[in-house]
Amino acid sequence: MLPPASALATTTSGFLLVLSIAIPVAGILLAFTLGDRYVRQVALAVVPLGLAIAGAILLAVPQGGGLIVYLLGAWSPPLGVALRADGLSAVMLATTAIVICVVAVFATTDFRPASDARTSFAFWILLLAVWAALNMIFVGGDLFTLYVALELLTFAAVPLVSLDGRAETLQAALRYLVFALLGSVLYLLGAALLYGFYGTLDMVLMSRVVSAQPGVLIAVALMTIGLLAKTALFPLHLWLPSAHAGAPAAASAILSGLVVKGSFFILLRLWFDVIPGLPSFAAAQFLAALGTGAIVIGSVVALRQERLKLLVAYSTLAQIGYLFLMFPLAVNAVGQLETGQALAAGLLQTISHATAKAAMFLAVGSIYTELGHDRITGLGGAARVLPLSVLTFAVGGLALMGVQPSGAAFAKELLLQEAMRTGQWWWAAVLHAGGMFTTAYVLLVLAFALAPSDQPIAPIQTALPRRDLAALALATCSLLLGLVPWEPYLPISHDVMPKLFSRDGLAKLLLSVLGGATLAILLNPWRHPLAASSGWKAMGKVLEPLRRICFRFGDLVDKADSILRQWAAAGISLLLLGLALAVLMFAAN
Amino acid sequence: MSGVTVFGSFAAAAIGLGLYGLITNPRPLRKIIAFNLVGSGVFLLFGIVGRRGTAAGVGNDPVPQALVITGIVVAFSATALAIALLLRLFQTGGPLTLGSRAPPGPRSDPSGD
Amino acid sequence: MSTATVFEIALAAVVLGLAIWTIAVPDTYSATVGFVAYGLLVALIWVRLDAVDVALTEAAIGGGLGGVMLLGAAARLRGSEVATAGRCSPTVRLSAAILSASTAAMLAFAILLLPNPPPTLAPAAVSNAGATGMANPVTNVLMAFRGMDTMLEKVVLLLAIVGVWSLAADRNWGGRQGPRHEADPKGVLAFLARLLPPAGIVVGIYMLWTGADHPGGAFQGGAVLASMWLLVIMAGLADTPPVSSPRLRLVLVAGPGLFLAVGFGGLCFGAAFLAYPVAIAKPLILGIEVAMTLTIAATLALLLAGAPERSVEP
Repeated sequence: MLPPASALATTTSGFLLVLSIAIPVAGILLAFTLGDRYVRQVALAVVPLGLAIAGAILLAVPQGGGLIVYLLGAWSPPLGVALRADGLSAVMLATTAIVICVVAVFATTDFRPASDARTSFAFWILLLAVWAALNMIFVGGDLFTLYVALELLTFAAVPLVSLDGRAETLQAALRYLVFALLGSVLYLLGAALLYGFYGTLDMVLMSRVVSAQPGVLIAVALMTIGLLAKTALFPLHLWLPSAHAGAPAAASAILSGLVVKGSFFILLRLWFDVIPGLPSFAAAQFLAALGTGAIVIGSVVALRQERLKLLVAYSTLAQIGYLFLMFPLAVNAVGQLETGQALAAGLLQTISHATAKAAMFLAVGSIYTELGHDRITGLGGAARVLPLSVLTFAVGGLALMGVQPSGAAFAKELLLQEAMRTGQWWWAAVLHAGGMFTTAYVLLVLAFALAPSDQPIAPIQTALPRRDLAALALATCSLLLGLVPWEPYLPISHDVMPKLFSRDGLAKLLLSVLGGATLAILLNPWRHPLAASSGWKAMGKVLEPLRRICFRFGDLVDKADSILRQWAAAGISLLLLGLALAVLMFAAN
Repeated sequence: MSGVTVFGSFAAAAIGLGLYGLITNPRPLRKIIAFNLVGSGVFLLFGIVGRRGTAAGVGNDPVPQALVITGIVVAFSATALAIALLLRLFQTGGPLTLGSRAPPGPRSDPSGD
Repeated sequence: MSTATVFEIALAAVVLGLAIWTIAVPDTYSATVGFVAYGLLVALIWVRLDAVDVALTEAAIGGGLGGVMLLGAAARLRGSEVATAGRCSPTVRLSAAILSASTAAMLAFAILLLPNPPPTLAPAAVSNAGATGMANPVTNVLMAFRGMDTMLEKVVLLLAIVGVWSLAADRNWGGRQGPRHEADPKGVLAFLARLLPPAGIVVGIYMLWTGADHPGGAFQGGAVLASMWLLVIMAGLADTPPVSSPRLRLVLVAGPGLFLAVGFGGLCFGAAFLAYPVAIAKPLILGIEVAMTLTIAATLALLLAGAPERSVEP
């Protein structure tokens, strides 16, 4: 993605990259100084500016031949630090700007300085900080600058978890902080070794000289596990469910939609741009195998949650697993990772999830505020009382499931093509299964929300429609991502699109809906209001034995999940993964 | 170069010890201390890399030195935030562990009756 | 084996012993004390590695202020130790030990494989020093070549403050941080708090000033100033300012604010963002460093003070 020739000189629109970081940072400083009363105004003033900058970069990247560069302080690497944006960066910058914008609109009513000075002060500053840190990650061209950005992201994300100050969320925040710090220190360790080997931290310069020496492979393994810990890939997910489910809705949307993508993006840069030749087939298979584990555990546990927020949080866990399926599909014939269609599809999944999941968390937040609870079994009648929130959840869910023309559907089709092309049919199977699981938990929630209620439910608080409309717009964005012309940014051929609407594509969708519905019936333990109907009872008799087996299986998965979420187990898995990755890479080279 | 070897092995040992403490000790404050131990080992590794890169009359490559100074300050603020969280957790009477309890699992009967 | 090597091995052995003690000792307070001693001796290793700038930072921030913070936390948590002592099973500990040891071994192996001749940026850093007019190469890297990292790290410090403040109970928002310290006005602490600060402030300013050409700089100077302020606070001679104080907030953003402003200046009128015109590079950098020292001193001290615990007095 980074053509080497032009990567070491400032290009004309390079200053936009500086602005994408400096404007949110200026916002933080200004908001902090002006204090509680103006903090929201400052943040709301920065949001359109940031959106404009992201838009300008989106326009500038294709004009600059796919790459814009800025040398900070006019010092060229290796002594200085370069900022670079390619198609991937531009797309991520734009997605981040849109999600932040929607969350800001949504949060204007939640975090008002007048009613709650403390949380509004923290929330708006942290929102800008998440933005600055993510932009830095997307355009940073230096491994140590990325470390600072990663820490900035952690410091912005952790206090968001514990804004309400309850003991549970404080514990979740502390667990998140300590595990994330462990992750970033491992990343830094790898970066130190790489500097020792090559005397540079610049990604382009390093990619030109890097070779498969044992010491370098060890460094890469350490950096990778550090980033995996921060991305919460199974089995390193101990911090994610409680942190994402405990935070206020607007914060959860940011944490789940955007923050985990930061470390994931650095991993992409590291594997695809810095060391495309080193990880090889086996290590890529290994990452995707972990992703498969995440899909199974995350989805099954999600299907068994009583609380909607936890369901959505576990679904994030499963979706993170999904993102790792692209790695083996991107390995080419000579064992190099290729920045081709698989990577593009993976990135498309990343932004689909960012938009859909953020919208879903916002919808759940609205449901929670208005009903006063988020028990899935108590959602009956919600669709009538809160049509907009339930609709948002539904649209976000459809986008996540991969209904045409969503980004997820497009990405899945691209990945399936790659799986067939490279002969790795097993990942095609996982892709299909993953789609069914996603469908299962989305259908489950909708089945409860659309069910009639035995007693009339009265919302305890009515929210402004503006909030829900913003979230709905975001969900719709996600659902329409497949129609966006991606060619200037990602190497995608659009001849896939007609296929999605062909009979074959619709059959696949039908299959995944049927499969998902079956999974939801088999794995979900709650009693649906319609279960009393006679037709259902007849079917229940047939399914009963199967359902018992599945319930046992669910119990086992639950147990495995709670063991893996123990601190010691997660720590041991972390080190095991590091050693395994190192060994796999040694073996391949 | 022998000093480099000695301190290099020491840095690796400090990182290993810190990782062990971070995994096995259940008390959060001990985890925070162990994290700092890992951090100091990582910083020393930068120092060793820099010491090897002595040139142009400078005894230790200034780039890794600067990175370490930045790193020390970041590690300090991380420690401060973690301790503030821990003390607040202590005040609210929450459990002083980082163990993760299972979210309340499903209790209903699978048959749905 | 030369005397120097023997000394180095002995130093490494002692520090390693302290590290083991820190991890192994059951009592948390003892572990903390062990870690403080460890931090101070690690500063000696940094001197041996000819990295005096880092040694000063490690001693002041890592060992000194970090030590005070950990000791304070250990003291406040002392009563809670018994209730939470749920240790891991031996199997878990054994597997963690094996895996940590293998990771350390792998790492030591990687360190032994570092290339010869080693790559270095020292010559590049020295030959470009003319652009800033400062002789301390570390300061040049921090302030010029990698200025963006340094500025962002100031923002990290500010976010840590926001994070710590956000932990206040709602009724204490805008109030003062930490418990109020009452010390005997005739006691040792109060005596030291009257005696040390004038000298400490001079040392702090000297460290900042000398950092242009010799080891030292904003971080080290800021840390010394922070410890003086803390001493005065702990002795009960002064109180932490309320977090809503506009003046305090101005001090806390001064460093990164000025840095960012100079950066924008470079973007609009100069060669690039964070580029300094050669003629005024040194005064500009020193100006940023002065503001940064103040910010760092205030930030470090307030990070130690903890979440706001007292509402603003009526």
